[in-house]
Amino acid sequence: MILKIDTSMLVGYIFSLKPMEKKSVRNSSLPQAVVGGLVILICLIFTSLLSCARGSREGSLTVAGSTSVQPFADQWAEVFMHHNPGKVVNVQGGGSSAGIQAALTGAAEIGMSSRELKPEEKVLTEFVVAWDGVAIIVHPTNPVGNLTLEATREIFAGVITSWSQVGWVDRPIYVVTREEGSGTRGAFQEMVMGRTRIAKKAIVEDSNGTVREVVANDPYAIGYISLGLINERVRAVRLDGVEPRIENVISRKYKLIRPFLLLTAGAPQGLAADFIQFVLSEEGQALITKQGLIPGRLVNQEKKMPPEEGA
Amino acid sequence: MRSWLAPRKEEKVVRTIFLFITILSVCLLAFIVAFILKHGLPVLSWDFLTRNPVEMGKEGGIFPTIIGTVALTLLAIIIATPIGVGTAIFLTEYTTEGRLTRIIRFGSECLAGIPSIIFGLFGFILFVTKMKMGWSILSGGLTLTFMVLPTIIRTSEEAIRFVPKAYREVSLSLGGTKWQTVFRVVLPAALPGIATGIILSIGRCIGETAAVIFTAGSALRLPTSLFSSSRTMSVHFYILAREGISMSQAYGTAAVLIISILLINVVTYSLMNRFLRKYS
Amino acid sequence: MRKLKGKERLIRLSLLVVAFSAISVLGLITLFIFSEGLPIMFRHGLKNFLFNLDWYPTEGSFGLLPMIIGSLLVTIGAMLVGVPLGLAGAIYLTQFTSKKVRVVVKPLIELLAGIPSVVYGFIGVVILVPLIRTYLGGPGLSVLAAAVILGIMILPTILSISIDSLMALPPSYREGSIALGATQWQTVRLVLLPAARSGVVASIILGMGRAVGETMAVIMIAGNATSLPRSILDPVRTLTSNIALEMGYASGEHRQALFATGVILFIIIMVLNTIANLTSRKMSS
Repeated sequence: MILKIDTSMLVGYIFSLKPMEKKSVRNSSLPQAVVGGLVILICLIFTSLLSCARGSREGSLTVAGSTSVQPFADQWAEVFMHHNPGKVVNVQGGGSSAGIQAALTGAAEIGMSSRELKPEEKVLTEFVVAWDGVAIIVHPTNPVGNLTLEATREIFAGVITSWSQVGWVDRPIYVVTREEGSGTRGAFQEMVMGRTRIAKKAIVEDSNGTVREVVANDPYAIGYISLGLINERVRAVRLDGVEPRIENVISRKYKLIRPFLLLTAGAPQGLAADFIQFVLSEEGQALITKQGLIPGRLVNQEKKMPPEEGA
Repeated sequence: MRSWLAPRKEEKVVRTIFLFITILSVCLLAFIVAFILKHGLPVLSWDFLTRNPVEMGKEGGIFPTIIGTVALTLLAIIIATPIGVGTAIFLTEYTTEGRLTRIIRFGSECLAGIPSIIFGLFGFILFVTKMKMGWSILSGGLTLTFMVLPTIIRTSEEAIRFVPKAYREVSLSLGGTKWQTVFRVVLPAALPGIATGIILSIGRCIGETAAVIFTAGSALRLPTSLFSSSRTMSVHFYILAREGISMSQAYGTAAVLIISILLINVVTYSLMNRFLRKYS
Repeated sequence: MRKLKGKERLIRLSLLVVAFSAISVLGLITLFIFSEGLPIMFRHGLKNFLFNLDWYPTEGSFGLLPMIIGSLLVTIGAMLVGVPLGLAGAIYLTQFTSKKVRVVVKPLIELLAGIPSVVYGFIGVVILVPLIRTYLGGPGLSVLAAAVILGIMILPTILSISIDSLMALPPSYREGSIALGATQWQTVRLVLLPAARSGVVASIILGMGRAVGETMAVIMIAGNATSLPRSILDPVRTLTSNIALEMGYASGEHRQALFATGVILFIIIMVLNTIANLTSRKMSS
């Protein structure tokens, strides 16, 4: 409430000063200049608003949603803008559900999602642009290298509460999860938790990067992030003995896998269509394969798992 | 109330405790600034301020965010100032003090204290979604206008009201009209207070994150028009810091933020001092 | 003469229009929030809203109690940190040191009050949270972390306004008390503080308002868990963080629930402002 500091500062100053006496009569041109300036300013605002209205929205594209897809979308955008000078692609985060909402309401031309669409969301046109894994992560000093699916479920449900129950020291397990609207959380919930709820006491963070940071700084924390975003600051845990690596995702040995979707309301038009075409092209797909994602295939509304041979 | 120790001894004890506490307070606040500057100043360079970010902010500069911050703040202040000061003039000079003005004053005071996230919610639902402006400087600027308007109205009102009645009476008795009195006598006298309100609102806009991140978005490109999404420095800092993208870049951004706000506050103080010395 | 009158009327009219648009625009926000938030509160019943412990918005359960308690705990904690620091500092700077020190320190602290909240949050994450985690236990992201950081954030507010209220007292209060043989501390405790009570209370209320409304710093350091915190080392979610975390994707009833949270915050601020107004009116008279 900086406000009250201002007024009290004023009060303080006013109380401390003596009655003000003007030293000289002010010249009358100043007020006129101020008024004139204001009028010009307001005119400027209106004209710029009007002129910007039409033109800019046509040359620009907003892609919003999943924080898992976001870093890759950013790269796609970068290369796309390089190929198409003059066009602008804005990439926003917010989470998968936010991206779906944005696509539905028109706030964004393209929505990004890292989970499957719910039935009521299926009105959107979907494009699978990649497949990605979800990895369970712990602190690098955490020796626990393998967890069964049931153990993972019970840890995140708050049933297993101490690391000693899974083979480490007797310390409490600090569970870190994403916010409800996250696609990563949605995928995790569906594939790991099933009908069990994630513990209420779990720490909630709103992006992959933040979850990774929390786990990287706390030796007793556990969380889940997009496979493509793991770095040296955290360690991924084997799930049922399977190492979360790209080869295992392709061969479907690693089970936690979800699609990256680009969504549009109706068939994509104009710049949005160009962008999606680029993403699905050889060049666009090559960009992400280098970083541990599986390229998507242009499939119809029924999404299937990637073919056994993979990329 | 009976004292614990003899009054003189108690005095000494209290003095020491309070001195300690005061030093603690000052140190805590100074430490925060020093910590940021210590890690952030080395990162600052002409390159840092003028180059674009590379790899979502891992390296490079923060130029687009500076432009974004300036654009948003400018838009908000340009719209809010004439409207706010005009309203303040109307409320103090052209109406009588009654129930209505008290309600309005209470209302704008409440709005000045509303958490900024609520303005963000409002702006997101109204501007970004319903009015289809999308995440843009326009949405962000309008939201900030709403946020800052009550502050400007309140401070201008206080400033105008504190101008002594004598000024107005003298001007009117010399044959000036109401408007001439307001515009050429009262307003210039109230200018320090009004300017303070405006400048502190600028400071608030620069540091604002919650309302901005949901309306102006977080696109890390150089904004090309009012409809472009743009990241401000505070949003950029927030994202860099919490996702661990680059600590040094985060410190650098924070350093720029803190330095600009400190500069603005210093300007406020010296402006006020200068005007007051001129007038007394 | 008539021309002048016409011009005056025109000016009054245009100012009226300006003021009216400003007020209606501000009223728009209030109306918007209440119109979106109130219906759901009545549909689900206030009891379900305010006293329900389960926040499962995607399943239709909108229990805000953990967040209300969260905001309460964090704010009270912030007061426990900010008020002693601020008040003691104000007393020291007005009574126990010279004017020169005060004239330097007060603007310095007010300067520091402008630091953005995300910076405070960052300092909390980088320094305070690891400290709490290592030496006190828990994940570090906790009620305690939020309370301390918020307390430091509101410290300048309380300090600055308390100094102003103490300085605004007539010097005769202090002089008279000293002349009667009281020590400075006795003077402060028995004469000055009671006299400046309204201003000091106003500053505390306003600090409270700021603590309740803080979002970004809290999101960064409080942990945002939807459970009721059992100790100050547990993670917690406040009303404001709740809005920020879910706003982007909430739709339908969920979104209305967030607006309802906004309504609650609005009412809290209105109550605090009323109290602050009533007490500070006593101060200026």
